Amino acid sequence: MERVPVLKIGDILLVSIQIDMEDQVALQLQEDLADRIVATGCHGVIIDISALDIVDSFVGRTLATIASVSRVLDAETVVVGMRPAVAITLVELGLSLPGIRTALNVELGIELLARSRQDELTELDFDEDEPDAAAVSTS
Amino acid sequence: MSDEGQRLPVTTDQDVVRVRQAVRTFSVAVKLSLVDQTKLVTAASELARNTLVYGGGGEVVVTRVQNERRAGIKIVFADEGPGIVDLTLALTDGYTTGGGLGLGLSGARRLVDEFEIDTEPGKGTTITITKWCR
Repeated sequence: MERVPVLKIGDILLVSIQIDMEDQVALQLQEDLADRIVATGCHGVIIDISALDIVDSFVGRTLATIASVSRVLDAETVVVGMRPAVAITLVELGLSLPGIRTALNVELGIELLARSRQDELTELDFDEDEPDAAAVSTS
Repeated sequence: MSDEGQRLPVTTDQDVVRVRQAVRTFSVAVKLSLVDQTKLVTAASELARNTLVYGGGGEVVVTRVQNERRAGIKIVFADEGPGIVDLTLALTDGYTTGGGLGLGLSGARRLVDEFEIDTEPGKGTTITITKWCR
């Protein structure tokens, strides 16, 4: 069975799907990614689907599951590179991929992850540094 | 001229990939638009998976068709599985008996021009879809 490679670049795991995946290959990718997130402690996952000429409900569901599983493991997933015809077909199929963040290409995906990580860290700092301010604002 | 069909067995995951590839080749040959190619291949993928998962396997026949005005592609998905007891329910968005999203059948119907389903409990299911060039 073929396998989709998972590359680590800094704090990000990058997956570029270049083959027409059998269902088993998609499920394997889901497991591989969960393992790699835990093994590397990466906080971002980018899945490049620019080479896919279709995304059916099975692949769509797998992408949604990957996003949910990564979130539980403290990593954010961005799906990038969806072709226009694929987007039209997905919506007509009835799959709007709720809960999945998207970007037009890998570069924008990396920016999106960096921004959302920054926001998250700023929020944490705020909570730790100013407990009084938080208490006042809620009273 | 219009009956040069291709017959493909559907008994494994790999066969579903082969169905997608065959439908893509036919779609390009009759010059469906890119969006229509994508819709037809996606619909074929959903229905071939249903043939495998719910029908216990079966076969797919892809044929090039032609009416007075247009060329198109007809695909027949046939299995001898348990059949569908409640067709209305099976065609409802979000209804599933197999743990999926319940979009395969209803979604595939939206992606094609013609959709016919012939099923009887215990006798299997045959679904015929057609997509015409614009």
